Amino acid sequence: MKVSMFHLMPYRDLPDDFEKKYHSVWVDPPWTELGDPEKVGQYYNWSLDELIHAAKSGMDGICVNEHHQNAYGFMPNPNLMGSVLARATNDMDVAIVQMGSTLPTTNPPTRVAEEYGMLDTISGGRLVAGMPLGTAMDATLCAGITPIEQRERYYEAHDLILKAWTAQDIFAWNGKYYQLPKVNVWPRPIQQPHPPIWIPGFGSLSTWEFAAQHNHCYCFLSYYGPKTGKSVMDGFWQFIGERDIEPNPYRAGFLQLVAVAETDAKAEALYEKHIQYFYNKSLHIPPEYFFPPGHQDYRSLENNVRKGIFKSYFDKLDKIPNWKFKDFVDEGFVIAGSPSTVRDMLTDAVKDLRVGNLMVLLHIGSMPHDLTLKNIDMFSSEVMPHIHDVWDNQWENHWWPEKLRTKRQASIAAL
Amino acid sequence: MVAVQEQTVSVWENRISPKVQVAGSGPPVVFLHGAYGLTWDPFLDGLAEHFTVYAPEHPGTTLGDPDGIKPLDNLWDLVLYYDELFAQLGLDNPTVIGHSFGGMVAAEIAACYPQRVGKLVLLSPIGLWRDDVPVKNWMIMPLEEVVKAAFYDPSGPLAQQMLSVPEDEKEAQDLQIRVTWSLACTGKFIWPIPDKGLKKRIHRIASPTLIIWGTGDKLVPPVYAEEFGSRIAGSRIEMVEQAAHLPQLEQLEHVSGLVRDFIQS
Repeated sequence: MKVSMFHLMPYRDLPDDFEKKYHSVWVDPPWTELGDPEKVGQYYNWSLDELIHAAKSGMDGICVNEHHQNAYGFMPNPNLMGSVLARATNDMDVAIVQMGSTLPTTNPPTRVAEEYGMLDTISGGRLVAGMPLGTAMDATLCAGITPIEQRERYYEAHDLILKAWTAQDIFAWNGKYYQLPKVNVWPRPIQQPHPPIWIPGFGSLSTWEFAAQHNHCYCFLSYYGPKTGKSVMDGFWQFIGERDIEPNPYRAGFLQLVAVAETDAKAEALYEKHIQYFYNKSLHIPPEYFFPPGHQDYRSLENNVRKGIFKSYFDKLDKIPNWKFKDFVDEGFVIAGSPSTVRDMLTDAVKDLRVGNLMVLLHIGSMPHDLTLKNIDMFSSEVMPHIHDVWDNQWENHWWPEKLRTKRQASIAAL
Repeated sequence: MVAVQEQTVSVWENRISPKVQVAGSGPPVVFLHGAYGLTWDPFLDGLAEHFTVYAPEHPGTTLGDPDGIKPLDNLWDLVLYYDELFAQLGLDNPTVIGHSFGGMVAAEIAACYPQRVGKLVLLSPIGLWRDDVPVKNWMIMPLEEVVKAAFYDPSGPLAQQMLSVPEDEKEAQDLQIRVTWSLACTGKFIWPIPDKGLKKRIHRIASPTLIIWGTGDKLVPPVYAEEFGSRIAGSRIEMVEQAAHLPQLEQLEHVSGLVRDFIQS
């Protein structure tokens, strides 16, 4: 099992009435009313410190991602963060997991090939290259990409980046969306033929197909826990099984919110308000922003409407504003409690979902810096050692930087 | 009620198969529908009493041909496609009526091929842009908000009809898929701002042109009537009271009369 800490870098001090007063956390929360640049500078530094602390505490990887125009998580260029992290962890065998540069909005996409090349060389070959399609908010509203073209652009950008990393010779790219007369990326990555590629997804059939076809790792990034994620991951493994592809658990990743304290009661006292902040404010997004027509291709649209997926999803979200700590834990949205509670729930979850690359969100919503460090410490020392052995003896993690595939030795000692 | 025939034609090297609804007799009139898809309505019914009405579905919006949108990359392709479709239907220079998104397409066809369009009727078209009076982006508005902006009387039967969901589950799903995909396909040519260069070409329109706008239109505000009118030589503007974005249905008799007289004059 490989376990990475994921960070969103959210705004930590939104006003109490935020979700009542403002239309959305994404795209149009007014910076001039809500944003404090001094505070934000502090958030960026805290977030970097928290991830570096996680690396020192023995986590296998540290993850950042890209989003725009929001208070939910705003690292508009995740590679700026990634380069700090790569430099600061050069004496550690931790992976730099970029989850990552949004392909359709980075123009030309060779920019991703170059920046990932920089990160892989700075880190000495420790990069995991995430290749997200991007949310509709980021791609269509913030970057103006036509919804029905987002996925096509993504496929073309992916193919261009792979070719830029692997082609022997300089080449011309005559694509539909990108035309480049001479592609000759400097630098190329250390890892050959290229760093492992992870594809974040939200359960759509097209993304499974794409990940399987290219032998990339499929990562289900959900905030709704293993119970809700079960049907998606079962669908993914059935899809893999039907195509006679090796059912290696490391072919899959999963994101989980985790909060650990000395006892279940203490976890409730410490984390409840931050969890409520995350679901009620950080995820305050109108449905129309998630799925502008065309963002989903026709087949996925049909599948979702016929199976009532949209409806059950949004029906569930409607209930969340009234949830307490217990509801989030009972529904599995957050795995939280004492070390033994978290160990048991997390072990069951990764086995049940058949996931080898686990990402844990250890900073949640409004969590202050000190509490985040405590959560990282408790998770690294009292939970992670107990789940690290899951899968290890049976499968090779082909989707992890080759030089880091053996177990990290320093885990607890580094504290 | 006239008899409406459905024709399926093959265009663009047989890669696009739109359904075309045809009804009536007399001089040919093409109707290009808006972003929510084609519905045969009382306005078309009335037209068909005097003319032969051809109402094609925009590429990709025809049930069973969702990939019909794929061969067309941009507005230039779309205009060429309509030139082919008109030829396929044997239409030399019909009257072209376009509503909303269809109005933009009609104006583009008339600007690119001034001889292709006999007379032009624009019903609340999009295609121009003013920063101080932005056109609303219906692709990211809840349907309830669209209805409030698009109808003079959002609680009236016409508006409620747009909000109503069929009782049968399968029919309700079909409708949701059809409307969403229509918005996706038409959105390909207008996202994120429906200003794709018509302002550079609109002076080429040579057809006699009638521009009709509801004074209560909150989707595409009525100031755009003058923006279109001032750019099309010899055009006439008719502002319609007690109507918003669908004047041809909200003031059916009045607008039907205006259009009929204009075509027959």
